[in-house]
Amino acid sequence: MNTLVLMKMVPDTVEELEIAPDGKSLDVEAVRPIVSERDDHALEQALLLKDKHGGTVTVVALESRDVDEVLFTALAKGADRAVKVAAGDAMLTAAETAALLAKVLPAVPNLLPAQLIVSGCQAIDDLDGVVAPSLAERLQLPYLGIVTGVEVAADGGRATVYKEYAGGTRGRYVVCLPAVLGVQAAEKPPRYVPVAKVRATMKAKTIECVEAPARDEASLLEIAAMTKPQAAGRAEMLEGSPEEVASKVAEILSSRGLA
Amino acid sequence: MAVAATLAEAPPEITLDNLLASPRGRDLLTCIQCGTCAGTCPYGDVMDWPPRRIIGMLREGLIEEVLASDSLLFCVTCYACMAKCPRGLRLTEVLLPLVKEQTFVRLPDVPAELQKALTNTLRYGNPQGESAKKRAAWIPSAGVPVRVLSADPRPVDVLWFVECYTAFHPRGQDNCRATAKVLHALGVDFAVLGSEEKCAGECARLAGETGLFETLTDANLKVFGKYTFNRIVTSGAHAYDALTHVYPSRGLAAPVEHTTPYFARQLAALKPLLTKKLGYTVTYHDSCVLGRHSGMYDEPRRLLQALPGVKLVEMTHNRINSTCCGGGGGGMWLDTFFKAKGQERLADRRVREAVATGADVLAVSCPYEVSRFEDSLKVLGYEKKMVVRDVVELLAEALGGPEGGAQ
Repeated sequence: MNTLVLMKMVPDTVEELEIAPDGKSLDVEAVRPIVSERDDHALEQALLLKDKHGGTVTVVALESRDVDEVLFTALAKGADRAVKVAAGDAMLTAAETAALLAKVLPAVPNLLPAQLIVSGCQAIDDLDGVVAPSLAERLQLPYLGIVTGVEVAADGGRATVYKEYAGGTRGRYVVCLPAVLGVQAAEKPPRYVPVAKVRATMKAKTIECVEAPARDEASLLEIAAMTKPQAAGRAEMLEGSPEEVASKVAEILSSRGLA
Repeated sequence: MAVAATLAEAPPEITLDNLLASPRGRDLLTCIQCGTCAGTCPYGDVMDWPPRRIIGMLREGLIEEVLASDSLLFCVTCYACMAKCPRGLRLTEVLLPLVKEQTFVRLPDVPAELQKALTNTLRYGNPQGESAKKRAAWIPSAGVPVRVLSADPRPVDVLWFVECYTAFHPRGQDNCRATAKVLHALGVDFAVLGSEEKCAGECARLAGETGLFETLTDANLKVFGKYTFNRIVTSGAHAYDALTHVYPSRGLAAPVEHTTPYFARQLAALKPLLTKKLGYTVTYHDSCVLGRHSGMYDEPRRLLQALPGVKLVEMTHNRINSTCCGGGGGGMWLDTFFKAKGQERLADRRVREAVATGADVLAVSCPYEVSRFEDSLKVLGYEKKMVVRDVVELLAEALGGPEGGAQ
């Protein structure tokens, strides 16, 4: 059971986000990157499958500030191999990232075929969740997204994949491997790895670096503008004692026919 | 010079494997298995392995059995077993952290709240997961000038190490404003580190995450090294514990005080300024680290007795017998874990005792206790009977003036 986990860095929204002077992108200097939460779940799902079936887990990420720490943390958690793709400083769109990965992954020695390629089904800067399905299309592999559970058959040829739907229903799919999965949540929360273990991993293991080939496809989409939401200033703060505030709320609701 | 001397005195690193070969570890062989530790432990009755049994297993070479259980997560490092041990064994300082560290690395799953707090502390330098840039966000509301060293790096007398629950928690920020007012009223030359300060890491260490503690220690010592100051005064009782008991062995040479004893030491200068009559009946909760670990029982009481119109009453368990709020050793983030094991929050137990005194104010000196006890007052339906106030908040209120302290 060999699994490839695609991980990426996204802006950490705990910090204030700032728009760059071009008005079309985030100010990358002001942003602190953090690993995409759903990618962390994809890694956990891969590690759970390794715990159960053995095999290997390889993590792949595009070069980015702080990405080494994320890759070493993945190795400390139990991944076997970490590969970093140097693709220059340009901010890639989701479709461009998928195109790049489709070109790079087959060129890395001993990487493909992997039985599963997993990634987060979305990221805060890829709400459409385009990367994994686009990559699947380019690699001519089946794709399932919004995945919340994976079971692999004993012969490793097929996987049973669970998806959650609205209203408390759950879908069960059977997919032939190799396949690409977009993970919404692993079966368990991502595991904790003690800092001392990450430090020891940094000394004992290395991250492989591969150069990305020149990109020859331009994105068909262009960001026209990026702005912060305009404050409308329509919120009215109700003042007074809890009783006074409660009667004002009641008045407002009844005056608008809501109560 | 002082730094080099401190480092030279640091003993070789003690691990669970070489513990019994070290002088402090050999002391454990003198344990008489009386069980006072287990009897005084707030969770001794629910642990698979209370301290007495841990020592027994260690002596028999069966410690792996102890480490396979999550039982030591119940150790809230309250120092009760250490304070009561008739052989004077340094249980909470030496044995229990080593066992807990090994328990922690073997845990199949770290309880979710604790994991979140540790992950946040590594990434943001505070367990709440707030942006480090907001650590000094309370300053504009302080009402008095507060110097931030990164903006004004001149030498300073007091480096005030604010700590996380004080700097970020809304009720902790009341403590910040109060401390700033009292320091200002005393004419102290003080400054804070602002966003350069990180969690002191005491609870990370005593939760078993020693690697995280070392990361935080390295970061804080590096920042301390940038500035010139005579002493550190901290609002965090747990920060005080780490800064006085562990940071020196890693190179910290400056004297460290906690705000409560620091102000108590200056009571002669402070007393004439305490002019506003408060009219409270106050009971004081001894924090484990300031009380049992550092013996500071009188300092907070001297301050409270100096407040005009304050009557101090004692709980049944006070001073060395004070019972823990349950927040130490990672317990701050294990309430759900304790509850899942069917155990009461220790803070609830403590608050019942506080209410029974008839006091209307529960005074504390540790920033964890404000939220822990306020939660318990709400849960138990006592929120109209009693409020929780840090001793320094009461000092600032007694300074008089609008909103308790403006000069």
